[in-house]
Amino acid sequence: MRLLKLVPDNTNLKFVSLRKWAFGLTLMLSLVAVGLVAFRGLNMGVDFVGGVLMEQNFKTAPSIEAVRSEVDSLGVGEASIQSFSDPKTLSIRLPLPNGGDEEATNRLVKKVSDDLAIKFPGATFSKYDTITGKVSDELITRGVLAVGLAILGIALFTVVRFEWQFGVSTVVAIVHDLLMTLGFFALMRNDFEVDLNIVAAVLTIISYSINDKIVIDDRIRENMRRYRKMDMRDIIDLSVNETLPRTVMTSVTILLALFAMLILGGHVLRGFTAAMILGIVVGTYSSIYVSSSLLITLGLRADPAPRKGGVQDGAERVGPKVEH
Amino acid sequence: MLNFSRLKAGAVLCVCLIGIMLGIPSFIPTGHLPAWYPQSHVNLGLDLNGGSYLLLEGDTADLAKTRIEAMRDSVSGVMRNGTPPIEIGDISTRGGQLTFAVSNPSQIALARQRLSTITGSAAGITGQSQWDVNVLGTNRFSLKPTEAGLTQAVDTAMKDATEVVRRRIDELGTKEPTIVRQGATRIVVQVPGLKDPQALKKLVGTTAKLEFKLVDQTANPADLVKGIAPVGRQVLPYPDNPQGVPLVALKRPVVISGEQVADARQEFDPQTNAPNIAITFDAGGGRRFANVTSENVNKPFAIILDNKVISVANINEPILGGRASIAGNYTVQTANDLAIALRSGKLAVNLKIVAESTVSPDLGRDSVRAGVIASVVAAVAVILFMLVTYGRFGLYANIAVVINVFVILAVMAFLKATLTLPGIAGFVLTIGTAVDANVLINERIREERRRGRSVIQSVELGYKEASRTIFEANVTHAITGVIMLLLGSGPVKGFAVVLLIGICSSVFTAVTFTRMMVALWLRKNRPTTINI
Repeated sequence: MRLLKLVPDNTNLKFVSLRKWAFGLTLMLSLVAVGLVAFRGLNMGVDFVGGVLMEQNFKTAPSIEAVRSEVDSLGVGEASIQSFSDPKTLSIRLPLPNGGDEEATNRLVKKVSDDLAIKFPGATFSKYDTITGKVSDELITRGVLAVGLAILGIALFTVVRFEWQFGVSTVVAIVHDLLMTLGFFALMRNDFEVDLNIVAAVLTIISYSINDKIVIDDRIRENMRRYRKMDMRDIIDLSVNETLPRTVMTSVTILLALFAMLILGGHVLRGFTAAMILGIVVGTYSSIYVSSSLLITLGLRADPAPRKGGVQDGAERVGPKVEH
Repeated sequence: MLNFSRLKAGAVLCVCLIGIMLGIPSFIPTGHLPAWYPQSHVNLGLDLNGGSYLLLEGDTADLAKTRIEAMRDSVSGVMRNGTPPIEIGDISTRGGQLTFAVSNPSQIALARQRLSTITGSAAGITGQSQWDVNVLGTNRFSLKPTEAGLTQAVDTAMKDATEVVRRRIDELGTKEPTIVRQGATRIVVQVPGLKDPQALKKLVGTTAKLEFKLVDQTANPADLVKGIAPVGRQVLPYPDNPQGVPLVALKRPVVISGEQVADARQEFDPQTNAPNIAITFDAGGGRRFANVTSENVNKPFAIILDNKVISVANINEPILGGRASIAGNYTVQTANDLAIALRSGKLAVNLKIVAESTVSPDLGRDSVRAGVIASVVAAVAVILFMLVTYGRFGLYANIAVVINVFVILAVMAFLKATLTLPGIAGFVLTIGTAVDANVLINERIREERRRGRSVIQSVELGYKEASRTIFEANVTHAITGVIMLLLGSGPVKGFAVVLLIGICSSVFTAVTFTRMMVALWLRKNRPTTINI
């Protein structure tokens, strides 16, 4: 049986020579992402701004406008209503009632769901969340802290295990991945809210993105020892190409799993899965085009040979032909 | 490489078998397993089971205030009831402290001595005092709660409140509620399987501070309307007052309080047939109630719940049986809930719901179904992909992935971890990434083969070189996993649990287990070429 090879043997793409273009593109996309977040803004979920989020199931798909005007007529504040892939389910978001005690919130939820059950027979609530401002502030702080600590922790680990250039290039690539993810959420603000699940997604994206980079970094370090005389550009090209089959394979398997989740996993985790898919694609791009080429810009040199771990000095030199 | 000792292989197989055995029950509905089989089910979270999550926060500002007021009452008591009585006046509880004046300055020393009996010189395990007692000018005392004392009071109150909340929820008869304290001032309540959380919320939100006090009939009606209390008296709201003014003036001393309630049941009023709550006092409370009602025949007393007067009744004759009933605007349901609240005791601190999440069991079921389907499809897709890419080596990786799923479930069941919807996402991701280790290894083997090494050398180098990378990659995963576990809440935590367990178990299954399979195969067949 002939086995599948997504990347042909001895692929030798010149990634490093593309780096000026890649950096330019990356910078441009990052700026666009920053602009989107700054001017379009993120659609923060109740987890982060407080409020009431109700999810109603209807017998037959209602028109969003009809539900909106019904909820507006109750005088409970400005409702934002969203439909999911299943048109029979709507999410209704409301501000917390004034005073914000549980009695008032209870009444609000009851009022809306009772009213909808009368106007749209058979409507039932399927879930609701209420978050007060105090808790949502904490959740924001903790979310930001978690992301910050994750980046810091991994950067430290990379610096300890490798050279400082690896740490810096990894952090640059992660920041890029993060910006892309946030930019995506700003662009798709009508479809996706940023909630706690997205924090989990962002943290996971960070760790997978780093996973990719570590695999390549590891190979670069190994090749630096193996081919002492080789030019840094060639070493990086060689390493990226050698690990390319793995990079592609792993991304494809994860994407397979994620698409299964996106299509079949129900609407509750749609935002999470969408963020993850984007993150994997962006992370793979930044591993191949950004973080490794950045090592050259940061002045990583093959000489003097680093001594941390890896293949011992004098390891035999068996390598593929490298065309200069 | 080929040296995989029998002992080691046995151990690896053993671990896998135990993992599979303990993982199986989670796939089978309860009750369908033979009795001898270990019942190691994974708990489903609220988002999969349906249910309510409440985050309660104790009102510490209110607690501090109540504490000062309680101190005021005991100071008045100890000064007036001692021999000789010490007359005090100008009592104030403003500014977070209690101040009062001793009318006769010569009694200062005596007053101080009496104060020490109630403030306690040193208290708690820390040995720090709870109150700072100071003399201001010639005859004024100020009592200020110390930071340590307050912290300790908050701690005790929250501990008691957690216990009370647990008793109340147990009375609701729901299965497997979780009530845990979180941080200094919060309680997390999780009740699975509830259709309607309104009753639950009302129940945990009721402080249920029950007091009986005598009504002050001397109050000037004009002042009362404005809410001005006569000297030494208090005015409390009475929303259902049939006489119009929604306020009542009361004498401060508590005749009887909720602590002296031995039992409370919902009953029906024999005359009106309206639902009410029948209270039975304990022995001391019954005696006290008998005494007070005997001394105050034809005077009204008020029943106060959570600082609101619910009813005012006239004492027609001494009540000697140690029983009373609370009539109000109740339905059977609300009367029953209040009875539960009274039975389980008052909350030592007011609790507010600061966050809530309720998922209906229907949505939970849908989520489980969708999650399972997605996981199965993801697994099948990944397995096929691995098989067409790496052939025999892909097969080994696939067996490892399947074992991995069982092992994760087994470990979760063992640790009593909860599987949530993000947890299922964690599973799907684990399926996608557990094979990453095998991808690394197999790609390395391919490379080494291309470089012209022998089969055995290639496999050996593949595992050796890839292991370092796998270790480093997994450490970074673990770093973010631990951060999510520590800082995350709710969904993030559920995801992190699966991720962390998956990292540990996948290193075992994807590296150790496949290595064993490959070694055994190589030893048996000694192939000179491999298809990879």
